[in-house]
Amino acid sequence: MSVLTRTPAPLDRSRLSRLQGRARYAPTLATVGLFLAMFAVGAAMYPGFLSGQVFLNLLIDNTFLIVLAVGMTFVILTGGIDLSVGSVVALSMMIAASLLQAGWNPVAMIALVLLTGATFGLLMGLVIQVFEIQPFIVTLAGLFLARGLCYVISVDSITVTDPFFTSMAQARIPLVGKLFVSPGVVIALLVVAVAFYVLHQTRFGRTVYAIGGGESSALLMGLAVPRTKVLVYGISGVCSSIAGILFSFYSLSGYSLAATGLELDAIAAVVVGGTLLTGGYGYVLGSLAGVLVLGIVQTFISYEGTLSSWWTRIVIGALLLAFILLQKLFTRKVRLT
Amino acid sequence: MTETVPVVDMQGISIAFPGVKALDGVDFRLFPGEVHALLGENGAGKSTLIKALTGVYAVDDGTITVMGTRQSFATPAAAQAAGISTVYQEVNLCPNLSVEENILLGREPRRRGGIHWRNVRRRAEEVLEQLQLGHIDPRSVLSSHSIAIQQLVAIARAMQVDARVLILDEPTSSLDADEVQQLFSVIRTLRDRGVAILFVSHFLEQVYEVSDRMTVLRNGRLVGEYLTPDLPRMGLISKMIGKELDALAELEEAESRRHPDRTQEVPFLRAEGLGRKGSVRDVTVTVHAGEILGLAGLLGSGRTETARLLFGADRADQGQLSIGGTARTLRTPRSAIDRGIAFSSENRKEEGLIGDLSVRDNLILALQAGKGWWRRVPRTTQDELAERFIRALDIRPSNKDSLIRDLSGGNQQKVLLARWLITDPKLLILDEPTRGIDIGAKTQIQKLISSLAADGMSVVFISAELEEVLRLSDHIAILKDRQMVADIPNDGVTMEDVMTVIAGTNA
Repeated sequence: MSVLTRTPAPLDRSRLSRLQGRARYAPTLATVGLFLAMFAVGAAMYPGFLSGQVFLNLLIDNTFLIVLAVGMTFVILTGGIDLSVGSVVALSMMIAASLLQAGWNPVAMIALVLLTGATFGLLMGLVIQVFEIQPFIVTLAGLFLARGLCYVISVDSITVTDPFFTSMAQARIPLVGKLFVSPGVVIALLVVAVAFYVLHQTRFGRTVYAIGGGESSALLMGLAVPRTKVLVYGISGVCSSIAGILFSFYSLSGYSLAATGLELDAIAAVVVGGTLLTGGYGYVLGSLAGVLVLGIVQTFISYEGTLSSWWTRIVIGALLLAFILLQKLFTRKVRLT
Repeated sequence: MTETVPVVDMQGISIAFPGVKALDGVDFRLFPGEVHALLGENGAGKSTLIKALTGVYAVDDGTITVMGTRQSFATPAAAQAAGISTVYQEVNLCPNLSVEENILLGREPRRRGGIHWRNVRRRAEEVLEQLQLGHIDPRSVLSSHSIAIQQLVAIARAMQVDARVLILDEPTSSLDADEVQQLFSVIRTLRDRGVAILFVSHFLEQVYEVSDRMTVLRNGRLVGEYLTPDLPRMGLISKMIGKELDALAELEEAESRRHPDRTQEVPFLRAEGLGRKGSVRDVTVTVHAGEILGLAGLLGSGRTETARLLFGADRADQGQLSIGGTARTLRTPRSAIDRGIAFSSENRKEEGLIGDLSVRDNLILALQAGKGWWRRVPRTTQDELAERFIRALDIRPSNKDSLIRDLSGGNQQKVLLARWLITDPKLLILDEPTRGIDIGAKTQIQKLISSLAADGMSVVFISAELEEVLRLSDHIAILKDRQMVADIPNDGVTMEDVMTVIAGTNA
């Protein structure tokens, strides 16, 4: 900084703006804080709650949701929404199970499933972009389409007996002490890491944020807005099919009715994780925290034992509302400054 | 100033839109190291000219030469590539990202493994430093800064591409005096570095402060190009507003309408020090029954804002308002309508008429809204009213079923007027009722306004055309820089008198 500009007023202003800049992290930090608080309460209430494995089980039980939430984060950051993810998960599971039954090599099958997910997402993205249709409507159509395709493959549940899949379902990767995770956790965390890198270290990722901040501005700035908007749905599609594979590891079957409403869990996790539904603000790590919060609610209910599992839904609903209100307050503050 | 080779040379530019000739053979030049102000009232063609230069509109006729090469820009990106950068009135940046990112977005320096954030910061700091904006923290979030700073960041972004031409479209409209000075020092820095700057502003004081050269447009035509010191303020204003056509002379008969007596009765509407933060202030006006109050002032002086306050479209946070002698607070347009106030917006298309509905449907809208939707106006009454007003206002085509969007601007305006007249208002606020319509329709509407007032209706009349305001009004409230500066009875007031108030430096 030059000597000329070193006056007290601008310095104060910059310190102020730095503080306000931190407000960007507030919703995400609130989620992490909430998770820690819930974990502490659980530890105080139930013996055996405070263990590393309880935490790791949260990851193990929610690998597919983590991956879904990552893809959803990309879409929501641009200000869009993808309602098709639950159905694409089911479709991926059906394709996986039926191809394995037909004797396909698991690796070739997984490649095909990922390709299907990507194509499905990209097609929806193209429709949204080219015909300027609301993402809500297009992905709703995608939801019905993918779900319908499941029934075309098979109305009945298909069991997976493939040795690779059964071994993945049972495999435990030991950590320190008696702690362990499943291979799915490694994959899910890898997806999170890659997503984090893409969002923060590539022009594509920054364009995702720019579109959420102002689509017309991003266009006037000469950014690749149309391409990016199509690609985020492709990414969400890929994430859905990865989630489908992970779900197959977990359930060892394919069933047309599987993963119904999972898209809503993914959206809830992203929103609870601090990503603004209007786009532009949010972090993929926040979405991970969001999944963990939803997971720990479930753990609570199961530890309580007397409560019906419906309470999970009620608590998630209340949490969602609380976080939307928090975001509203946050955006109002941003606009005032 | 020595005449060098212009960076941009536009010759004989014409652009026509359906029904309007937006630009008609306009010449325009930009010289390196000069601030060139483009001036004209609303609809003069300023923004069309800018859009022609930045590749938003295609040119129908004429040539654009940039740095010696003939150009026809198909997209804004093509114009940017040729070194023409534009900073728009509304900041077109991403408020959710940091300052450094906004400066370099899409051009971030990269290394193996992604964006080189340290170089991003360094480059951003360099650009800010060059513009003497080193005090802006490049890491701070854009939305944490004032609009002024955001505007400067937008300029920094424009400079990052090494622009030879910088277009600033109304950059000062939301800045305060200190911020304007900061912007001007940046403009001067760039000018001294040889950048050609096109500056559009409706604040004449700023134009005189910062510009070296001026081009004045009126009704899509070039009035002239002048060196700033050669054209005094009064001369500029009369060139911008222009002399009216003789066709309006026939209105003189309406002039004989006597000014209503102000002293006796309670005024219909009285505002005292009415204002709203960020809008206008110090609005003190009185409107009696049968009186026409004219609002005069340049574009952006707060004419429309005043109308919106009086109608409750914006809620006032300063001053008092009384209607019929009782103090009132207008919270919504609804409460204004209930007190007999009607407002015809200046945006016929966006805030007034519904293009896909028929003349009859549009006419009936306000009446129906007033009655509530569950008490439908009978079809026969609708037809009767529509026919009566089509005849009374000479709306053409005289078919109550034709769609509004097929009518000419003048006839659309008449429909809008008729819509409010049907509700029989006590006070009619007309914002630019004669803008963009042909001279014949203009005269008809002016006559109608005076005859309405003669019948006892109060009118608040807003127009960019000063002569029109002078001809019709009993009282003239003059606005300047979003503040009401004078209220004068119209007894032989001349254009010069009003211009002196508008041009006066001591507000």
